[in-house]
Amino acid sequence: MSSLIAWILRAIPFGTIIMYGAMGEIVTEKSGNLNLGVPGIMYLGGFAGFASAYFYENSVANPNPVLSVLIALICALAASALGGLIYAFLTITLRANQNVTGLALTTFGMGVANFFGVFILNGSTYSAAPLANKAFAAKIPVLSGLGVLGQTVFSYGFLAYAAIVLALVLHWFFTRTRAGLNLRAVGENPATADAAGINVTKYKYLATCIGAAICGVGGLYYVLDYNQGIWATTGQIEALGWLALALVIFTTWKPLNAIWGAYLFGILYWLYQFLPSILGITMSSAMTDLVQMVPYVVTIVVLIAVSMRRKKEDQPPAHLGLAYFREER
Amino acid sequence: MAAHTSHPAEPLVRIARRKAAPLSRKIAVRAAAILLALVVDALFIFFVTGLNPISVYVVMWGGTFSTPVRFSWAMRDLSTLLCIGIALAPAFKMRFWNIGAEGQVLVGGLATALIMVYFGNSLPAPALFAAMVLGSVAAGALWGFVPAWFKARWNTNETLFTLMMNYVATSIVACMTNIMRGQASSLGTLNKATKAGWLPIIFGQRYTINIIVVLVLTFAMYAYLKYSKHGYEIAVVGESENTARYAGINVRRVMVRTMLISGAICGLCGFLIVAGKDQTISTTSAGGNGFTAIIVAWLAKFNTFYMALISFLLIFLERGASEIASAYSLNEYAADIITGVILFFILGSEFFINYRLIWRGHHKEVKGE
Repeated sequence: MSSLIAWILRAIPFGTIIMYGAMGEIVTEKSGNLNLGVPGIMYLGGFAGFASAYFYENSVANPNPVLSVLIALICALAASALGGLIYAFLTITLRANQNVTGLALTTFGMGVANFFGVFILNGSTYSAAPLANKAFAAKIPVLSGLGVLGQTVFSYGFLAYAAIVLALVLHWFFTRTRAGLNLRAVGENPATADAAGINVTKYKYLATCIGAAICGVGGLYYVLDYNQGIWATTGQIEALGWLALALVIFTTWKPLNAIWGAYLFGILYWLYQFLPSILGITMSSAMTDLVQMVPYVVTIVVLIAVSMRRKKEDQPPAHLGLAYFREER
Repeated sequence: MAAHTSHPAEPLVRIARRKAAPLSRKIAVRAAAILLALVVDALFIFFVTGLNPISVYVVMWGGTFSTPVRFSWAMRDLSTLLCIGIALAPAFKMRFWNIGAEGQVLVGGLATALIMVYFGNSLPAPALFAAMVLGSVAAGALWGFVPAWFKARWNTNETLFTLMMNYVATSIVACMTNIMRGQASSLGTLNKATKAGWLPIIFGQRYTINIIVVLVLTFAMYAYLKYSKHGYEIAVVGESENTARYAGINVRRVMVRTMLISGAICGLCGFLIVAGKDQTISTTSAGGNGFTAIIVAWLAKFNTFYMALISFLLIFLERGASEIASAYSLNEYAADIITGVILFFILGSEFFINYRLIWRGHHKEVKGE
C-alpha cells in the first residue's frame, strides 16, 4: 500500500509536467502547426522561470514567496512564448517547413537554457532556488493532512491543480466558444476558414505563441516543483518534451483526455520502479531499461488504432503540418 | 499614393511565388542568410561574454582547419551526418517524414555490436564483417519498414510513429548494453583484445572506410534519385499520390520499398559508427545526428551533393564551437545556440528564394521570373 501511494505521488507530478506540454501542443496543433520544438520550449520556460526566481531570491534581502512565484511564472511564459514566436514567424510568415523549424527550435532552446545555465551554476554541479521551490510545491494547508486521501489528492503544488483547470477551460474553449471553433476550422481547412472571414494568420500566430507559453509552464513546473527547485545541466527535459508530444497523440487532440492520459503516462513511466516492489519481485536492471519503452509503445498502439478506426473525431487536424498559402489555392 | 486611391483594399505588400530562381540568386540569398546569422551570433557572443567576435570566429575556424588530424575528425563526423542525410533523402522526397533515423541508426549499431560480441571469436573476419553489415542493414530496414507498412496500409501518421520508434530503440539498446556489460560498470570497448569486427586502419585512421563508403553512397543515391525508375516513382508519389496512382504506380509498394532503403542505409550508418568509429554501442551512439540529418536533407532539397556542403557547414560550426568552449572556458552549448541561429536564418531565407514581394504600387510584372 505504501509503495502504491509513493507511486501515485511520483506519477501525478510527472504527469503534470507533460500535461502542460501536451495541452500547449494541442492548442498549437489545433491551428494546423505541428511544433516539434516542444522540448526546446520547455527548456526555455523552465530555465527562464528558474533563473528569474534565483536572481530574485539572491538579490533581495527579504524575498516574498508570492512575488517570487509571479516573477517566475511571467518570465517562463514570456520566454516560451518568444520561442513560439520564432517558430510562428518562420513557419507562418516565411512559410518554412514546420518539422525542420521545430527541430531547430529544440536545438536552440536546449542550447540557450544549458548555455546560460552554466553561468548560474558557476562551477558547481547544481544550484537551487529553495524559496521559489517552497512556494511552488506548497501543499494545500488543511486538506493535505487528511490521511491517505489528503496525501494522494491534495498534496501537490498549485500548478498541478491549475493544469486540470486549464484542461477544462481548453475543452470549453474548443467546443463552446466562437474563437475556439474558428481555431479548429483553421487547423482543419484554412482555405475555407479564410473564405469565411477568419483571420488565419492571426489565429495561427496566437495559437502557436499561447500554446508555447503553456508548454513552457511544464518546464517551469519540472524545475521549480518536480525537481525541487534545482537546476542542473541534464537532458531530462528533452525526453519529457518528446513524451508530451506522444501524449498529444494519445489524447487524440482532446484536452480532457490529457488529464487522465498524463497521469497514466506518469504511472507507466514509473512502472519500472514501483511495480516490482508491489508484486514482490526483483527485476534485473536490464529489464527496467526495457520497461521504460512502455509509454512510447502505448502511444504507437493508440496511433495505429486511431488510424485504423478512422473515427472522424479522433483524427488529427486535417491540415496539420502543412503551411497555408492563400495565393496557392 | 494618390494615384492608387482607386484601390483602397490593396495591401502594402503582396507575395507571389517565383517560378524558378536562378542559381546565382539561390547562392546569394543563402550566403546572405549565413552572413546575417554570423553577425547575430557575433553580437550574441559580444554582449554575453564580452569577447571579440572576430577572434572568436578565428578560433572557431581552427576547430576544423588548424591541423590535418582535426580536419580528418571533421571528415569523420561529416561522414556520419551525411550518411544519415543520404538515408533520409528518398523518404523525404516521397514526402514521408522519417523522423526515426536516430532509432534506425541505433538498432543498426546494436545489431553490429551484438554480432561483434557473440560471433567475434567464432567467425573468420570476412564472414564476420558480412554478418555485421547484413545484420545492421536488416535491423535498420525493419525499423523503417514498420511505420511505412502502417502508413501504406492505414495512413498512420508517420512523423509521430517514427518519432516514437526512436525511444523504443533507445530502450532496447539500453537493455542490451546492460546485458552485454554484465557486472562491469560500463560496456567499454568491444573486443578490445582481439579487435574482431573493427574496421582495418587505412591512411592512419580506422574511419577512412566510413568516409569512402559515404562518398560512394553520395554518388549512388544521387544517381538513384535522379536517373532510376525507382527515383522517378518516388518523385511522383511525393508530388501527388493521386497522380501516382493514376499513372499506375503502386503507391503502397513504393512507400514500403523506399522506407526499407531509408532504414537500411541508417542501419548501415549504425554499422559504420560501431565498427569504424566508436567500437562500442550506447544509447547516445547516434548522438542526435538522426535529428540534425533531417535538417540537412530538407535544406539540401534531397540533392546529396548539397547535403555534403550543408553537413560540412554544420560540422564546422559544431567543432568550432567546442573549440571556442575550450579556448575561452565557455561551455559547448554555445554550439547549439550558434547552430540554432544559423538554421533559423537558412530556413527563413528559403522564403526569399521561393517567393517575391510585390510592394504596393509596383504593378509591372517581371517577365521570366
